[in-house]
Amino acid sequence: MHALAATWWTVLRISLEERLVYRGDFALSTLMRFLPIVTQIFLWAAVFSATTKTEIAGYRYEEFVAYYLLTMITRAFSSMPGLASGIARDIRDGTVKKYLIQPIDMLGFLLAYRIAHKLVYYVVALGPFALVFFLCRGFFDGWPAPHMMAAYVASLVMAFLLGFFLEATIGMIGFWFLEVSSLLFVYMLFNFFFSGHMFPIDMLPGIWGELVRMLPLQYLAYFPSAVFLGKVTGVELARGLLVQLGWVVFFIVTSRLAFHFGVRRYSGYGG
Amino acid sequence: MAHIEIQNLSKSYRVYQKKEGLAASFGGLFRRRYRTVEAVRGIDLEVEQGEFVAFLGPNGAGKTTTLKLLSGVITPTGGTARVLGHVPWKRENAYRRRFALVMGQKNQLWWDLPAAESFRLHQHIYRIEPERFDRTRDELTDLLGVRHLLSQPVRELSLGERMKMELIAALLHSPDVLFLDEPTIGLDVIAQYNIQRFLRHYQQVRKITILLTSHYMKDVAALCRRVVVIASGRIIYDGSLSGIVDRFGGHKVISLQFTSGQIPADLARYGEVLSEVAPRARLRVARNLVPEVLAGLLARHVVEDVTVEDPPLEEVIAEMFSSAEKPTVSQLGQVPELLEEE
Repeated sequence: MHALAATWWTVLRISLEERLVYRGDFALSTLMRFLPIVTQIFLWAAVFSATTKTEIAGYRYEEFVAYYLLTMITRAFSSMPGLASGIARDIRDGTVKKYLIQPIDMLGFLLAYRIAHKLVYYVVALGPFALVFFLCRGFFDGWPAPHMMAAYVASLVMAFLLGFFLEATIGMIGFWFLEVSSLLFVYMLFNFFFSGHMFPIDMLPGIWGELVRMLPLQYLAYFPSAVFLGKVTGVELARGLLVQLGWVVFFIVTSRLAFHFGVRRYSGYGG
Repeated sequence: MAHIEIQNLSKSYRVYQKKEGLAASFGGLFRRRYRTVEAVRGIDLEVEQGEFVAFLGPNGAGKTTTLKLLSGVITPTGGTARVLGHVPWKRENAYRRRFALVMGQKNQLWWDLPAAESFRLHQHIYRIEPERFDRTRDELTDLLGVRHLLSQPVRELSLGERMKMELIAALLHSPDVLFLDEPTIGLDVIAQYNIQRFLRHYQQVRKITILLTSHYMKDVAALCRRVVVIASGRIIYDGSLSGIVDRFGGHKVISLQFTSGQIPADLARYGEVLSEVAPRARLRVARNLVPEVLAGLLARHVVEDVTVEDPPLEEVIAEMFSSAEKPTVSQLGQVPELLEEE
């Protein structure tokens, strides 16, 4: 147990060091994250100024802005840039051999690497995020109650795990199809629309709304933000958290199975 | 004790066959033709502890596939293998902590970080005791003369320096079996020599078992007493390096220096003339005809100096490879079956 913890710590530490090599790139990509949200805010400002309604699909203008700001935080946990494509590339060019030869678990290693990646990101992004939220504090109705805050943090952590294991599973498709980039594109598109990144998914009417609520994607953006805003409470909140946990477990198992069967199929491409 | 035991090991791959052109690419969307490539076709081999064995063979002969099978990266189509008592493709950690694979064309070190960091990670992955780790690392870096480069990012090292670091990373956990796949590929003569010298020293001191593939005969001649030649997935020779020349070198080279300063006009009747720059000439003569040819030459011409030598090793091996390849070329229609699948 101690040896495992020491390995994790070393992977984490080395990953941190690696991330810090490219400081400039990192700082720039962090700042760029704030650009899309500005356009969203302007868009909804225009929509509300063109109508006499104070609410659209149950959201006031302030709530829309708050929602997008919160979604940005959720995405900072759940988005996994380069994870699936990286796994697929490692399979194609043979780097995956490393995990077969050395006594190390690929998913565990990548998870530690990703946690390090995220930690560096939070440290760099904390300042800009704090500033933006301070400037936009007027859009929020204050902090949620402590138990709601706890639920929010839990849903964020699970959003991270779900994002990781879901993308890892997609990357492992590379064992069967050497090229997964178009598949990834489709996934990204779905993710953008149905995770709540583009708009709150409870805006979707009828059957579409029903369908999207059955997908795991909403837990990557919509759900944690909705918890913070108090849109999901009581039994619904408990059920939401349980379903999210269920999806996390599902993708942990699926990614493990995909690795197990993928390796069997793998025949050592790339010399 | 045998460290490596291989019985009737075979591995075949299925590769997608695509004809040239756009039409064929569209066709491939619906109907794909696959070809079965038999990379390894029933190999038997036993390697004792402490042996340093070279795998020779032309590209695509099955050398790397064999190393991949023995390191558990791929699963065989048939046959069995045991390394240190383990079945490699079960990938047990107990086995993975006792061997290492170094591929000259792949790197395992973290590109943007100093090698020291990758070594530290290996310490934990392989669960090496801290004192032992420090000792081994210092010993290896001193032997290879790279201690001063430990804190330099790997991407800033030369190819030779990087290869040394790769070797160190592979040896930190003191493996009992080491697989080396072309460890000196692309290196200059000095770097090659340094790595050879290191490997020889390390192997003699530690008595570990090493399987090496290389296209550099100098590596093989310097390091390995035993040579296994693989061609078209089969072992065609297993013995000493000099034995290859005896068995496959069908010719000898006779070098002559004529006293007259003139080269006889009828020299070609004794054998194939390799070079003639008066007063010297070199002749290629079938091994069994050497005594007869020599006697004839010495009887008819006044010769100041004469030597009879084996042809260069590279030449013998090239000859052996091409003679081993020939039967498969003629069987091409039958051996790699063309399978069609929807």
